[in-house]
Amino acid sequence: MTKSEAVSWYRIQEMFRFQAFHMYGIIGTAVTLGVAGVALIKRFRMRDFSGNPIMFNPKEKSVLRYLIGGSIFGLGWALSGACPGPMVVNIGYGYWAMVIVFFFALVGTYLYGLIKNKLPH
Amino acid sequence: MIAAIMFFLLYFGQSFGFSSNLRTICSAAGLGKSTKFFDFDWKTQSWNLVFLVGAILGGFIAREFLSTDAPVLISEATIQDLAKLGIAAPESLQPAELFGLDAILSIKGFLLLAFGGLMVGFGSRYAGGCTSGHAISGLSDLQVPSLIAVVGFFIGGLLMTYLFLPLIF
Repeated sequence: MTKSEAVSWYRIQEMFRFQAFHMYGIIGTAVTLGVAGVALIKRFRMRDFSGNPIMFNPKEKSVLRYLIGGSIFGLGWALSGACPGPMVVNIGYGYWAMVIVFFFALVGTYLYGLIKNKLPH
Repeated sequence: MIAAIMFFLLYFGQSFGFSSNLRTICSAAGLGKSTKFFDFDWKTQSWNLVFLVGAILGGFIAREFLSTDAPVLISEATIQDLAKLGIAAPESLQPAELFGLDAILSIKGFLLLAFGGLMVGFGSRYAGGCTSGHAISGLSDLQVPSLIAVVGFFIGGLLMTYLFLPLIF
């Protein structure tokens, strides 16, 4: 992740400004390989290490929650330049400021848990 | 590489999604007693926490053994756009304007990071996943909800980039 620079604020800005192929290449490669692999798993009904069939849980059908939740996530992503995974990679790298971001991501998760039932889903 | 990790997790009966860890940590901190959303057996999710620890270690290893700490080579167009916001061209992985000591000790800088984190945490749970869960795992399974979520990521991201960042800086 660090070597691909996907953990860099600059790269996220570049992505949202559509000024380089870099991030789209990374995500696109992962998704292309992912689509092919998932199709193979389903086609051959592959099993995991304990012999259970590998299941794909369909996500709940809804539009609102994905659109609103996704937009809020996007606002935070473009501001802090990090989604949850890269946050901790950055902490490991020595960017201690990310501890603040990560802590408040926990607070945000907690807030969602608190008011979940009052939100449109 | 990212796809390889996703299949590795699928093989071990799990799924690839990082933001669930945030919920797991809330639960492990005992918040399940007061809030139902965090009332589950978080130990079943400990594999994902291992992934989190691995990500921290990965960052550390990258700095100590792999990195030359070279500036990120973003495009010239981005450098110029950011210069208009008062953010200098990259000297390393992250801008000092946001993550440097001076920035986090100022009220504005601290609030920016705090709000950014807050929205990432809140939004990812509301949308049921983050970049790894939706954009990578979900799209790999050709799931429509994930596509909607990714559209949402970009609505928010573009609003922040073009509307709010110029107002903030």
